Amino acid sequence: MIKTVKKFKSVKASRLTSTIFSYITLGILSIIWLYPILWILLSAFRVEYRDGNLITTVVGNYIPKGLGLENFRILFENPTGNNPFIQWFINTLIVSLFTFILSTLFTLSVAYVMSKLRFPMRKKFLSIAIILGLFPGFMSMIAIYYILKAISLTGTLYALILVYSAGAGLGFYVAKGFFDIIPNSLMESARLDGATNSQIFTKIVLPLSKPIIIYTALLSFIGPWMDFIFAKVILGTNRQMYTVAVGLYEMMYGEQVSSSQFTVFAAGSVIVAIPIVTLFLSMQKYYVEGVTAGAVKG
Amino acid sequence: MEHTEDRKNKKTSVISRFLSFFQKIGNKILKFFINLYKFFKNGFKKFYARFMDGSIGTKLSHLVMGAGNFYHKQFIKGFIYLALQFGFFFLMITSPMVNNTPIGFKSLGNLITLGTEEGGIIFNPDFTFEIIPTDNSMLMLLFGVVVIGIIAVYIVAHNSSIKSSYKADLDKRNNKKPTNFKQDIKSLLDDRFHVALLTPAMIGILVFTILPTIFMILIAFTNSDKEHVPGQQLIDWVGFLNFSNIFSGTGEISRRFLPVLSWTLVWAFFATFTNYIGGILLALLINKKEVKFKKIWRTVFVITIALPQFVTLLAMRSLLMNQGPVHQMLMNIGILAEGSTFEILQFAADPLTTRIAVILINVWIGVPFTMLMTSGILMNVPSELYEAAQIDGATKRQAFFNITIPYIVFVTTPYLITSFIGNITSFNVIFLLTGGLPRAGGGAIAGETDLLVTWLYKLTIEQNDYNLGSVIAILTFIITASATLISYRRSKSFKEEDAFQ
Repeated sequence: MIKTVKKFKSVKASRLTSTIFSYITLGILSIIWLYPILWILLSAFRVEYRDGNLITTVVGNYIPKGLGLENFRILFENPTGNNPFIQWFINTLIVSLFTFILSTLFTLSVAYVMSKLRFPMRKKFLSIAIILGLFPGFMSMIAIYYILKAISLTGTLYALILVYSAGAGLGFYVAKGFFDIIPNSLMESARLDGATNSQIFTKIVLPLSKPIIIYTALLSFIGPWMDFIFAKVILGTNRQMYTVAVGLYEMMYGEQVSSSQFTVFAAGSVIVAIPIVTLFLSMQKYYVEGVTAGAVKG
Repeated sequence: MEHTEDRKNKKTSVISRFLSFFQKIGNKILKFFINLYKFFKNGFKKFYARFMDGSIGTKLSHLVMGAGNFYHKQFIKGFIYLALQFGFFFLMITSPMVNNTPIGFKSLGNLITLGTEEGGIIFNPDFTFEIIPTDNSMLMLLFGVVVIGIIAVYIVAHNSSIKSSYKADLDKRNNKKPTNFKQDIKSLLDDRFHVALLTPAMIGILVFTILPTIFMILIAFTNSDKEHVPGQQLIDWVGFLNFSNIFSGTGEISRRFLPVLSWTLVWAFFATFTNYIGGILLALLINKKEVKFKKIWRTVFVITIALPQFVTLLAMRSLLMNQGPVHQMLMNIGILAEGSTFEILQFAADPLTTRIAVILINVWIGVPFTMLMTSGILMNVPSELYEAAQIDGATKRQAFFNITIPYIVFVTTPYLITSFIGNITSFNVIFLLTGGLPRAGGGAIAGETDLLVTWLYKLTIEQNDYNLGSVIAILTFIITASATLISYRRSKSFKEEDAFQ
């Protein structure tokens, strides 16, 4: 009797230490993960003066000596005329709206065809798509640049929309995996009722596919806010047409290092990050579903 | 004794497996050519039979697109086909100039020569002068590829016009009415729905993936570098010169190729496994039963995924700057002496420091992603497995090590492979953190942390050495493609083995 109680106690004690250990580890890791994020946040609100001038470069003290909205004022008022942040924000919004509509359409239609429709050459299409997917889009960037230049589209937002959405059809695997799970019997019974293939797709399959539609749409909407390199190459020196990513990067590293505007960059980053992070966190459930399906399917 | 015998067996089996692998590849290639020959032979036979069997309209269709459709009174369809053919020949024969470069039949000749007019200024006797522009070799190359593509599409379209006429022939013979235009459109929404869905996506892929890829591959066989600027100097075909320069030349590409390649592979290996193991451990930690507020903990890490990388990586870069916050903190604690310098990213004395730093920062970037994925998988572990284990009297610990861990590893193996390939071509982390620095010395463009892709970027966008960039792109493709093929074979055999148990 006494023995079991003792054993019970020791189990309880070891469980307690393991719990404490877990919390401590998680706490330390959280600090490490939040440290850079908090740094951007603090820098955005940092108002410090040296010899009467606002310091906009990187400084050694993590905690600012003064807080304020000065950096946001500079960001929106654009005193040098070089960094039209509001324009950049609108540009990115336009690009991401069009990209998200086009990419979602392309991805879902290719995925559905590959998953549920049977036609000659289907297998060949699949293997060609796999080989093409191995060429990283990044590598054909130079060629795409030339093609766009030949039709005088470089430096425009159309070009960016085309580049982001045109190849979207190749990223069909995750959505195909989702459609594969939808039972064929559902479609066959609809077919018996006289439904056409397009009706089955729009009236039966799509309403069942909310998670994968949201996953695809979310990724393609966020893409233009995150992408930096394609936009940089295609938009070139046309500052008016920049997206937020290129604009903010140029604000920090494109100019002379002495005039690098880190705090203003941080302010811009915060403005960009708030809607994106909110959107992402609210859709997190669908994201996890898509990512898990993608990983399992390969 | 038995042991050595065993080993010998193993060795021979490894060798024989290796040999059979190559044999299989050889057989596949042979089979491909045999199939290709059969394809053309059968194709031609069918083509000939269709020509002989078809009505006069179908026969005419071989010459004039849409003739058969007019013959069968499918006027709208016939008119569309005719317009297609007219447009095609109009474009080809007139070869209109786009940016001073013809696009049409002339492009085919230009694709071979890549331009002959060197350009210059001609002074007339009456003291006026004309400027003759140099042929733009790069555009000629591009248009040549485009025209070949257009011709291919035209051939397919022409064949489909013959096909549609022949189908109407057969319909008539079977006492059916040939379909009218409305019915054709309707069938696009039903039994030919795949055509309707695929066409827009295929056009996008053709123009923005396949065309650029072919163009890029062809550039690798030219001398398009910074001394041959399109529109100022002529570019020529040079065959495999750029490739052989990797091994025998004295330039940047031969000196830096192997170091950059090996660092790329080392980076991809460590980046993949640190993220993978770290992510799984973190997910297990958060999913522990006694840990409360799981959602909050998860969100802390998920913010990293949601934030654009150019923000987080540039934040990291500024944190780790000389005289930056981390430096200041280390001085305050007393780890570093006051007034010391702190360079670990761009200007580190020892490239190893930078490489380790980059891999560690990548853990910060990548672990939340694996964590999120593993959490999703943990929720999906089939509960029958645990129930069966419980019935067998397994403890929780045993269940964890014998069910949970193997299940995660099993399910995420494909992910491991794709993320390894993703890391070979990961651009952002290196470009935004170090820009490839520290320098490698000897005036090399590729720095100590440059990956193949960032080197490619520097060579093309910054240095205008397009030919070298293309060579690297092709080699990177070969590496990722063979990694995929090998792992695909492995995972397939893995599955088969599993099926036996």
